[in-house]
Amino acid sequence: MLKVQNLKKYFGGVKAVDDCDFEVQEKTITALIGPNGSGKTTVFNLISGILKPEKGKIIFDGYDITNKSPEYIANLNGLGISRLFQQSRLFGNLSVMENLLLVLDNEDEKFWKNLSGHNKITKEKEAKAKVMLEMVDIEKFSNKLARDLSFGQKRLVELARTILNSHKLLMLDEPVGGVNPKLRQEIAKILLKLKEEGETILLIEHDMNFTLNIADRVIVMDEGKVIAEGKPAQIKTNPKVLEAYLGE
Amino acid sequence: MFSAYLIHLLILIGIYLILAIAMQLAVGFTGLLNLGHIAFYCVGAYVSALLALAGVPFWICIILAGIGAMFFGFLLAIPTNKIKGDYLALATLGFSFVVYAVALNWTSLTRGPLGLPGIPKPSLFGFVFSDNLSFLILTLIIGAVSYFIINRITKSPFGRVLEAIRDDELAARVMGKNSFRMKSYALGISAFFAGIAGSLYAHYITFIDPSSFTLMQLIPVVAIVIIGGLASLKGTIIATIVLTLLPEPLRFIGFPSSIIGPARQILYALFLLLILIYKPRGFYGKFDLE
Repeated sequence: MLKVQNLKKYFGGVKAVDDCDFEVQEKTITALIGPNGSGKTTVFNLISGILKPEKGKIIFDGYDITNKSPEYIANLNGLGISRLFQQSRLFGNLSVMENLLLVLDNEDEKFWKNLSGHNKITKEKEAKAKVMLEMVDIEKFSNKLARDLSFGQKRLVELARTILNSHKLLMLDEPVGGVNPKLRQEIAKILLKLKEEGETILLIEHDMNFTLNIADRVIVMDEGKVIAEGKPAQIKTNPKVLEAYLGE
Repeated sequence: MFSAYLIHLLILIGIYLILAIAMQLAVGFTGLLNLGHIAFYCVGAYVSALLALAGVPFWICIILAGIGAMFFGFLLAIPTNKIKGDYLALATLGFSFVVYAVALNWTSLTRGPLGLPGIPKPSLFGFVFSDNLSFLILTLIIGAVSYFIINRITKSPFGRVLEAIRDDELAARVMGKNSFRMKSYALGISAFFAGIAGSLYAHYITFIDPSSFTLMQLIPVVAIVIIGGLASLKGTIIATIVLTLLPEPLRFIGFPSSIIGPARQILYALFLLLILIYKPRGFYGKFDLE
């Protein structure tokens, strides 16, 4: 599904990502972990087209998406990559429902169709958004402005929006970062359910329990490089991983 | 006498309203702090005036005024695509200085500071809008159509994408929205209506020169947009009425005309300052000015 080959990204003299190689298999949850500053979010930014790599290739679903724009990657053949950011990036002055409807409407950029009133907010689109809001248990906030939500509620709306956005691959950057334990369990359940439905998920997470419980494969990064890869049980005892995390 | 004065004020309100709601589309709804708006107004006025003086019918003049200004709107969207906030404001302000300089110095076309006199009053299907009352009706009809179109854009899913880009452009792009195309549309449509307003102004006053399109003329429009409230068309209408009428009492105090002009600007600035302090969202703004 996704192949990252010899990826390099430098910020001045800092090697944020240095010869990074890994693959994400279809219908799995793959976790990208590593200490702070190990280059995980930079890898996400490179895959989603926000940053351009110095070197290397990114192949997604058989297409070379290296150096492509974020909108191209999101729309690739109508089913691209849908990404959740580490920090809240909801559209604060739109309602929760409007935030969701944005990803359900692929005709909203057509000027004449919208001006002539031929692109309407259909009941089906609203119903689809409502189902998703029910799934993450925030349907009662549907008409609230996104900026007025609490941190946890924002995270759930953002997760709902990311899942609703048409995609072949979900990339989630710290989906449970700063979220309370009860909500973490809820999010873990949602992600496992999505996997059962055949979704492919690549996630970054610092919560090791959360990650090791839901991931099929774990990729560990340190100083921009992949230092270990394998199943959660193998990663737990890998000496390189322990050294990177604990300095032992 | 009084009714002629009132009609004159209503015509100015109508022209300013078109100009202000057009600016609201770019600034309030799309987050593009475009200070080049007055340049689109200028392009519209000159295109319409030059064509009318060449004998082209009014309805063609006004449409081409909009299209001419829209062309520059799309053109401006290209170099300003990757800049935002203060930098965008400065770049677009630079564009308005360029257009002003062209209007002033391309004397073979614009007659420079001498201006273009004798711009004919509009005529449609043989009817000449020679008196101010008929011109007011024409302005109100065009104003209502402009409001209807911009309101429809902002209430449609298309407008929702513009607002998403205003709130977080990168997130919108990562969701698959083409921000460059959408911002170009916003600037283009905004410029189109500014051009229409420029055409109405030229045919109403029947004389234009570059001094009608300076930064001083931009201040009231920016003030209207902010005082009315960002992303609010209703607020823009109220602010247009309030700010057009606000300096009028100065006329009756008996100040010399050399003082009335600067006093008007001071009044706008003062009112804007008070609104920003006590009502940061303006009359009906959706969010604070940041």
